[in-house]
Amino acid sequence: MNTLRKAAVWLDDRLHLTALYASTAGHEVPKSAGSWFYVFGSATLLCFVIQIITGACLAFVYIPSTNEAFTSLQYLNHAQFWGWYLRAVHNWGSNFMVAIMTLHMIQVFLFGAYKYPRELTWVSGIFLLVSTLAMAFTGQVMRFDQDAYWGLTIGASITGRVPLIGAQLVHLLLAGPIIAGETLSRFFTLHVFIIPGLIIAIVSMHLRLVLTKGINEYPKPGHPVHRGTYDAEYAEILRKEGVPFVPHAIGKDLIFAALVIVGILGCALVFGPKGPGGPPNPTIVDTNPRPDFYFLSIFAALALLPDWMEVLILFVAPALILIFLLALPFISGTGEKSATRRPVAVLSVVLIMLVIGVLTYMGETSPWSPHMSAWSGNSIPARYVKGRTPLQLRGALVFQNKQCRNCHALGGEGGERGPALDAVATRLTRDEMVRQVIQGSGNMPAYGKKLSPAEVEALVSFMETLHPPGVPGARPSDKPQNKLPRDIASLHHRLR
Amino acid sequence: MSGENEQDKQPSRRDWLFKAGVALNVAAGLALAVPLIGFVFASFVERKDPRDWISLGELENFPEKSTRIATYRNPYTRPWDGQTADIPCWVRRIDKERFQVFAINCTHLGCPVRWFEQSGLFLCPCHGGAYYEDGTRAAGPPPRGLFQYDHKIEKGQLWVKGGEMPTLSNPV
Repeated sequence: MNTLRKAAVWLDDRLHLTALYASTAGHEVPKSAGSWFYVFGSATLLCFVIQIITGACLAFVYIPSTNEAFTSLQYLNHAQFWGWYLRAVHNWGSNFMVAIMTLHMIQVFLFGAYKYPRELTWVSGIFLLVSTLAMAFTGQVMRFDQDAYWGLTIGASITGRVPLIGAQLVHLLLAGPIIAGETLSRFFTLHVFIIPGLIIAIVSMHLRLVLTKGINEYPKPGHPVHRGTYDAEYAEILRKEGVPFVPHAIGKDLIFAALVIVGILGCALVFGPKGPGGPPNPTIVDTNPRPDFYFLSIFAALALLPDWMEVLILFVAPALILIFLLALPFISGTGEKSATRRPVAVLSVVLIMLVIGVLTYMGETSPWSPHMSAWSGNSIPARYVKGRTPLQLRGALVFQNKQCRNCHALGGEGGERGPALDAVATRLTRDEMVRQVIQGSGNMPAYGKKLSPAEVEALVSFMETLHPPGVPGARPSDKPQNKLPRDIASLHHRLR
Repeated sequence: MSGENEQDKQPSRRDWLFKAGVALNVAAGLALAVPLIGFVFASFVERKDPRDWISLGELENFPEKSTRIATYRNPYTRPWDGQTADIPCWVRRIDKERFQVFAINCTHLGCPVRWFEQSGLFLCPCHGGAYYEDGTRAAGPPPRGLFQYDHKIEKGQLWVKGGEMPTLSNPV
């Protein structure tokens, strides 16, 4: 035996490396688990490792103080060697991590891997999901710009809706009565120490369960799980077609891992770092706060829900979803695993993804937000003013000056909060327009106090011209109770 | 084996050391936990009002029948706050003596509302909440009118009681 070999044997005797290898990397998995569908778990972990490494590098430079954070981000972007690139990799790493984690969760759900005896693997996975989303939110605060500032305000406002202890919780979240002082330090501590520490602990448990309870075999339709027999069946599968994870099953994980790294690096290179946007100066009120895409669906839901449902959706729904996810392996811990025999499971995934996708798209486009500069920035299409009477032209001016345009589009330009008014005259009669302008309704404020009778007269005569050529305007019904006085001044007086 | 079992039943020195060790660690753990929990959850213990009176400047800065933005330095501040501690608010002067001071935050989710003089509305960029010039809710998702600061006129200046982010559970 040469010296090198002796040294290796000595090391193995002291460190028990062979035993460690045999019980981890070399553990037996069903041959069928070496599938392309089984690569997402390891890829999520890989993303997490990339996040830790790039995050630690960024923390070398980043200063978690409300006064300095923005400047240090600018420094990272423009002065620090490779700073912009590491910021980009960290940002894209988080996008990939959330995306691949979602794929992992869907795969585990559709393959019935959460069923007996792997209930706690799933439960620990749910805690990892929550922790990862918490990382996404706190990470958005680290990019301490305008969006981060107002994102914190939104977070605090949501927290402030908690009954009874809302005020104290806001204070706890912001580390004070307002965003200042220790707020950013608090989020930095959460993002850099506490939540990653939790993730490492839960991942350890998650992985240990994968080793002790075994990886799920590729489900076969018509082979339901029974509590009494499954363990013996799984032992039989391992005995018959068990292969060591390394090197027999890890090949596809390795290839996918390399693709993920190349994907993150490529996106970082092409798209660059995200922000920072405007400086975190609250006195700049000319801003349009938006959360990162992970939370756009919630942001959208909050715009579209009726008032009375908001508290339900904000607090009750997440609690119910969490309880349902945690209870899932105990509710349906046995039975068919194969997605081909579980139509409700497949449809649920499709439905949930569609809802989140549509809400995220709506959050991105935000049609409910007024276009704050439409009234001064978007002109009225020439065809709507050509050949109009002086009164109608004055009405067009009132339309622009009173910021109607911020919520109502003309010629495809302007806000989408209210309906586009290109053909309003085909929907509303003159009297209905007057009523709508003066009294408002639904999502439209009442303008009765801000418009003089002459202005209403002008505005309505302009709106009466808004109908496609050849299409007649709306006519009042002949029912006498719908008839209002024709004289604008007295109508104005009555409705105010 | 039987000898060991008999020994276990007798109170022994080892037994006592184990129990005393656990008890001591519980006590020491509590001594560590109390300040830790108190530190982190100070907001549930501290009852001091963080607000204070701050001047928004001379009354002449606010013409009658107009609404203007004003900025104050947050009284709850740290040396490292920078511009984050500059808090904006909307000041409406109704007549010579009467003012309304609105928080910048929309009552729906806290986004900064903007004033539009011509239509006399505050509009929120996030979800399209709208308020009339007197702060009452006009349209959109806000559950109530704009938050209003306590204010007073002293030494020819307008003062507000600021220092806390207004939320539905704590409307300044």
